[in-house]
Amino acid sequence: MSRLGTLLEQAGAILLAVIWISPLLFAFWAAFHTSSDAVSFNLLSPWTLDNFRTAWEGAPWLRYFLNTFLLVTIVLIGQFFFTTLAGFAFAKMDFPAKDFVFILVLMQLFILPEVLIVENYAMVSRLGLFDSLFGVGMPYMASAFGIFLMRQSFKSVPIELHEAARIEGCSLLGILWRVYVPLAKPTYLAYALVSVSTHWNNFLWPLIVTNSPDTRPLTVGLSIFGAPENGVDISVISAATMMSVAPLLVAFLLFQRQFVQAFLRAGIK
Amino acid sequence: MNKRVNLERRRQAIYGWLLLSPAAVMLSIFAFYPSAATFWSSLFSRGTRRRPSEFIALENYSDLFADPTFWVVLKNNLLYAAVTIPVSIVIALAMALWANSKIPARGFVRTAYFTPTVLPMIAAANLWLFFYTPGLGVLDQIGGLFGLPSINWLGQPQTALWAVIIVTIWKEAGFFMIFYLAALQTIPEDLKEASDIEGASRWTYTRRIVLPLLMPTTLFIMVNATINSVKLIDHLFILTKGGPSDASKLILYYIWEMAFAFFDAPHAAAMTILVLGVLCIVAAVQLFFIDRRTHYQ
Repeated sequence: MSRLGTLLEQAGAILLAVIWISPLLFAFWAAFHTSSDAVSFNLLSPWTLDNFRTAWEGAPWLRYFLNTFLLVTIVLIGQFFFTTLAGFAFAKMDFPAKDFVFILVLMQLFILPEVLIVENYAMVSRLGLFDSLFGVGMPYMASAFGIFLMRQSFKSVPIELHEAARIEGCSLLGILWRVYVPLAKPTYLAYALVSVSTHWNNFLWPLIVTNSPDTRPLTVGLSIFGAPENGVDISVISAATMMSVAPLLVAFLLFQRQFVQAFLRAGIK
Repeated sequence: MNKRVNLERRRQAIYGWLLLSPAAVMLSIFAFYPSAATFWSSLFSRGTRRRPSEFIALENYSDLFADPTFWVVLKNNLLYAAVTIPVSIVIALAMALWANSKIPARGFVRTAYFTPTVLPMIAAANLWLFFYTPGLGVLDQIGGLFGLPSINWLGQPQTALWAVIIVTIWKEAGFFMIFYLAALQTIPEDLKEASDIEGASRWTYTRRIVLPLLMPTTLFIMVNATINSVKLIDHLFILTKGGPSDASKLILYYIWEMAFAFFDAPHAAAMTILVLGVLCIVAAVQLFFIDRRTHYQ
């Protein structure tokens, strides 16, 4: 009885896995076949690269890739800068109103940049950052999640190391840079993974702030390319989709272990 | 001596604030000020060239409450939350328990569960479009094998929202699984051994030991799922655009539409404030629970 149960459970686990991966597999299949072959599921039908050629010529993908790459880099550098300083202050400094300010920061976890699109749009325009990658990245830089994560990580550093560095004559920023930052490497790695995959995939805010192919990230480009008004067929859309998810997907498949380990080690709970 | 301590304290305060100030400035510019400004502008009428905007107190809010679309959208979003939150949590938990147990092809299973997480919502929507398209789509073809009629999943009001819900669950369950996996690995082996010695079945062990220990993780995931039920709307742009006849429109999409398609910022602002209000209540409730059940340093 229990053996049958185990077997059923294993079948369930694998069935769920197959269902979960199938949309991706079908898109992969469609991307390499003409649209009529793609929907008839004839396994013997010939493979083709034409869809990729059509899709590639249909939009400035290289520019989109570059924009997305620059965007995630800008956001990540900004986030590291702001969250390191603030996280350090919350973890190791003692100043008046600290707890109150920390609660204010935590509140930002719920005041999502996505919800404030109207006023953030006005703010970005006022700062002259409309239709620029900085405009897309800025609202996410002082991330409350990041500050919280860094605080937790810095808190676990033994105070003895701090004192030792100070006796050696290290300045406060020197201590932060030479003692705390190196020890928090796993947290930085995990945070970087979360941040890069979030911003690689972000859509609504870039849609609002960008207005030209020169700044548009991949997601926005893909949505414009696939819009029904453009009348592109399903195989070409699949090809474009596969193309734009490939870098992140390949990176994930290659570094899967590290990816998941980084999550686990950072103690995001 | 006392003077030294005082000096040290003042030094710490100055450094603390200096370190904090860059983030504080950014948070003020992109979170606190916009929240206040949104509230302020929700109290004014929409300015036109003939009639400049003027203070109308809560009229934008009463307009919203009188707007039938608002109620439809609200109802949609409540259903969206009520389905996606529990279903994706249950699936995530099952995934984590499976991915953590000894099953064949575990590597494949884990990868399959997690892969949707690294895809952009826009790409996910494109993939699912291939499933939902009437006539050509995979679902219709499977249905066709059993002689079922072709169904326009995205084109009819009864099914459009459900089609959107399924994509959301597909996208977020694997992400939540990671948190459960992390938590499962912190459960000491002794507990499993002890329950084996006591002769407890695997089911009893799961229900009486594992699930209670996962409680803090579940709460954390619930916070995330709640936020997602407001935030995850990108696929609407591809799949339904909120249609047909608003059947799959969600609040954030409606805010976007109002502000950037109808250029009606004041009503969008009023709706934003309502969403923020609800999120704050959720935050307060959940922080209260998290504070009582988990111990952050």
